[in-house]
Amino acid sequence: MVAADNLETLERDILQRIAAAQDEPALEAVRVAALGKNGAITALLKTLGGMTPAERRLHGPTINNLKDKVSAAIAARRETLAAAALDARLKNETVDVTLPVPDAPTETGRVHPITQVIDELIAIFADMGFGLAEGPDIETDDFNFTKLNFPEGHPARDMHDTFYFHPKPDGSRLLLRTHTSPVQVRTMLAQKPPIRVIIPGRTYRSDSDQTHTPMFHQVEGLVIDKGAHLGHMKWILEEFCKAFFEVGSVKMRFRPSFFPFTEPSLEVDIQCRREKNEIRFGEGEDWLEILGCGMVHPNVLRNCGLDPEEFQGFAWGMGIDRIAMLKYGMSDLRAFFEADVRWLSHYGFRPLDFPTLAGGLSS
Amino acid sequence: MKFTLAWLKDHLATDASLAEIVDKLTMIGLEVERVEDRAALLKPYVVASVISAEKHPNADRLRVCMVDTGAGAPVQVVCGAPNARAGMKGVFAPPGAYIPGKDTVLQVGTIRGVESRGMLVSEFELQLSDDHEGIIELPDDAPVGQSYAAYAGLDDPVIEINLTPNRPDCTGVNGIARDLGAALIGDYKPNSPKPVRGRYPCPVKVMIEAADLCPAFALRLVRGVKNGPSPRWMQRRLKAIGLRPINALVDITNYITYDRGRPLHVFDAAKVHGDLVVRRARNGETLLALDGRTYTLDDTVCVIADGKGVESLSGIMGGEATGCSASTTEVLIESALWNELNIAQTGRKLGINSDARYRFERGVDPNFTLPGLELATQMVIDLCGGEPSDIVVAGDPAPKREKVIDFPQSELARLTGLKLPLGDMRRVLEKLGFFVSGQGERVKVAVPSWRPDVHGKADLVEEIVRVIGVDRVPAVPFPRGEQARKPVLTAMQNRTRKAKRTLAARGMTEAVTWSFISKREAVLFGGGSPELALANPIAAELSDMRPSLLPGLIAAAQRNADRGFAHVALFEVGQVFRGDRPQDQLTAAAGLRRGLAKPDGAGRHWSRIAAPVDAFDAKADALAVLGELGAPIRALQVLPGAPSWFHPGRSGTIQLGPKTVIGHFGELHPRVLAELKADGPLAGFEILLEAVPEPRAKATRARPAPEFSPFQPIERDFAFVVDARTQAADIVRAAQNADRKLIAGVTVFDVYSGQGIEPGKKSIAIAVTIQPREKTLTEEEIGALGQRIVAEVAKRTGATLRG
Repeated sequence: MVAADNLETLERDILQRIAAAQDEPALEAVRVAALGKNGAITALLKTLGGMTPAERRLHGPTINNLKDKVSAAIAARRETLAAAALDARLKNETVDVTLPVPDAPTETGRVHPITQVIDELIAIFADMGFGLAEGPDIETDDFNFTKLNFPEGHPARDMHDTFYFHPKPDGSRLLLRTHTSPVQVRTMLAQKPPIRVIIPGRTYRSDSDQTHTPMFHQVEGLVIDKGAHLGHMKWILEEFCKAFFEVGSVKMRFRPSFFPFTEPSLEVDIQCRREKNEIRFGEGEDWLEILGCGMVHPNVLRNCGLDPEEFQGFAWGMGIDRIAMLKYGMSDLRAFFEADVRWLSHYGFRPLDFPTLAGGLSS
Repeated sequence: MKFTLAWLKDHLATDASLAEIVDKLTMIGLEVERVEDRAALLKPYVVASVISAEKHPNADRLRVCMVDTGAGAPVQVVCGAPNARAGMKGVFAPPGAYIPGKDTVLQVGTIRGVESRGMLVSEFELQLSDDHEGIIELPDDAPVGQSYAAYAGLDDPVIEINLTPNRPDCTGVNGIARDLGAALIGDYKPNSPKPVRGRYPCPVKVMIEAADLCPAFALRLVRGVKNGPSPRWMQRRLKAIGLRPINALVDITNYITYDRGRPLHVFDAAKVHGDLVVRRARNGETLLALDGRTYTLDDTVCVIADGKGVESLSGIMGGEATGCSASTTEVLIESALWNELNIAQTGRKLGINSDARYRFERGVDPNFTLPGLELATQMVIDLCGGEPSDIVVAGDPAPKREKVIDFPQSELARLTGLKLPLGDMRRVLEKLGFFVSGQGERVKVAVPSWRPDVHGKADLVEEIVRVIGVDRVPAVPFPRGEQARKPVLTAMQNRTRKAKRTLAARGMTEAVTWSFISKREAVLFGGGSPELALANPIAAELSDMRPSLLPGLIAAAQRNADRGFAHVALFEVGQVFRGDRPQDQLTAAAGLRRGLAKPDGAGRHWSRIAAPVDAFDAKADALAVLGELGAPIRALQVLPGAPSWFHPGRSGTIQLGPKTVIGHFGELHPRVLAELKADGPLAGFEILLEAVPEPRAKATRARPAPEFSPFQPIERDFAFVVDARTQAADIVRAAQNADRKLIAGVTVFDVYSGQGIEPGKKSIAIAVTIQPREKTLTEEEIGALGQRIVAEVAKRTGATLRG
């Protein structure tokens, strides 16, 4: 028979040992001693079977209470010990978060400024309904000069200026196009008006100094329609300059000039202010020439199978490298083609900086 | 084209300021390149007289001068010039004056202990000449205190215009004045030369043998002339525009060249033997020209010859032997017309840029041949005296009929959008020398002989709009219209853009390299055919159109390495050439990695083992681009081996079916690198964007509904031992083929050879993903599938399961 005070002693004793258990094995030993097959409380529970119903009614709840109390204390202690053990483990699990991680590829990759500027041009002109036309770098004399109304003996046709290939057996010579204008001819021959295209591409002239390289990039615009006139061209070029240089207004000056393939011909200056290494547009008192343009010469229209009495249009051309230099401040054209990673990293553009009119041309 | 303001005013009555004139010139298409206003530059400089010049107490070569500048007390100046002496007159610069020859601002200074409050200057210091031997000495009557620029006639501003090649009329001051008159900046003063009556027949005859090269020739003798220096006013003008005065006869021809755009030539008649013949030169004939150089000629060159031989290069430069000198007493004056194209070709061939060539190749007014000769005659008589002969002519110098253009008034508005009353158009054209007849919608416009550039309606529109002012043409919006929005880029253009951004997003840097490379490089990379070699390359290393982007990238990588940047990843997307026809130009994308420039970062890093770039990095770059371009990645085949510039064992070819080669990747061949003087490790790829098939056009943008299996996928690993030459792709394909329905994927997760594997063999471990479709698979079913995989791989590759 168990006396009540014996039970109390037992309970006190077990709870003390639970509290004293410093780790999981010690706690398990206390559990086994109390609730294991031969544990003290298990032994008490076994005595219930030999009791009369009245005794059982008296002692059963007491013993079961004791068992529940001890079980709960063990569970609580186990949780405490587990938490302490995790804390102890985590204390040793540290990394030096100041160690550098490798640069993201999008951080180191760059697209060339020429690529970026062509993408900017496409964004601006696509919005005005222009498509993109292209043509081969190796051209015929006919497309590069004759159809564009260059007279025989024009200095541009000289070997000093134009790269030629060796003559064919029939005497004809191919050349590297000196401008993107032969693509105007190809476009007019291939497609019926209305025509609205821009033509970016590589061009070649036998020239080399700080602002001239034997290979460079031009972009050309061509509009052929029934009523397309000089006033429209002025508007398009003004819209272009504002969008490209990302200024609210830009003052432009159209000066009469001369090109064999346009009549009237004009050169365009934009107003700017020059500071040491920088040119600011939309302010200042200086003029800077940025492009040549004009109404397509009637002879060129005729040479391309269009009747100048029915169709008319305009064209303009400028250096992509040059407008890149003006906008982004490079001073030496030759560096564009040297593939110096320091220069490309400095003047190049991040791979996901895709120019859009919605997001802004440059970020 | 250069001229001075006073010279312009000989032909234009105007009160407009220099700034107004300059601005108007630019706005009517005569772009002003430079204005040299020496009056402004030389403003502080005055005529001064040296009162005394004593030896400097502390320096033998210096003098201490007291200078009367005309303003207040004499000024003390320390001077080192050997010619500084008491009583002379010179040019004084006060402190604060800018000295152009030294590019400094003069300060009050102390020279060897003596204060100097100004300077007596040399011509070099004022950039008037190269003379820096001594200070400028002025005549005794020079007025002390007067502006030196005004005294010396240097106060006439010089204007230089960048003349477009279509305007021969503006190679003379007269033509420029006419343009300004039309633009209402002043009144043009018409000034036709008057004929000078001949007193006797010209004793020298002219015969034109080369009629195609010389349409007209007029000649006249003036005898009894007294040649000497030309008058000061003429010398000043010639000097101001950069010409050296020679003697009156020569200066007159130069003056008329600039005044009227009419080049002339003068022969010393005493040195001419017999009559003159205009003919083609004989091959090998030579001429000592007036520039002191001897030219060897051929039969493309037109010359003027006498009984002794060639005496002048027609329309370009005269000969030394018959040139006029101070002792000339009889002068033959020539006014002729020459074939523009021939003049240009001869000038270019002989490398002569003369004022005569400049004008004749642009087209000299044919109707001014005789008036030009009359004007020259009059000036010779006025300046040198003498008695003129009759004019002798060959060819046809008589004025020609003008060309007439039928001009509808509406043409201006049609081409420019600008509407002007006929009166305004007529005024502009008439002031430019055109003759307008008629009043209706269509008028007739006669073109003056000095405007060979005007052919048709569009040219007249240009004349009107440039003179009226292009700024008066209103900008008119040009809407994009009602057309539906369509892509503006072609498929190829989109591919180019995507390829660039994809490679940049893999950490690579875009290079733009020359389209031409050296012959050696071209040959090494499968090119170098004769039709792609330039006839006139700018440099030997830029001689052949590139067959591949790789040589340019290899050279670029090496340049970076030489600068200390060893681990670079470069790419280029651009044109390559297979032949010289348009369809032979293709667009390639190529990438090149060097050193430790791996796709996951360049250089050494604590987080990974530093390994050099290899074929697999290049393969990954290539496949990344192809995937982005929409190539059918799963259908691509990768075969061992690539063209000769790749490492034979560490390179591959990407193709679609047996015929369509899309590109190559791998390490570069060590021998090729040695030839290019480039160091590795280098791995690269090159693909042709045109070779990627275009995806089929789809009827709808909607995508099919997905089929997701409700059952979990299972993964099973297999390790095989195979012959070392066995291709992993064969094992993967065999495993895949064991059950095409259930096997959703096969990856290779380990490749091993070495300890535990027999020499000549390797172990390849694959992970197979099994995706049950209809029910969960039982262990038995999974086991059976495993057996089939092993059996299939064994059958195809001779593999055994690794024990």
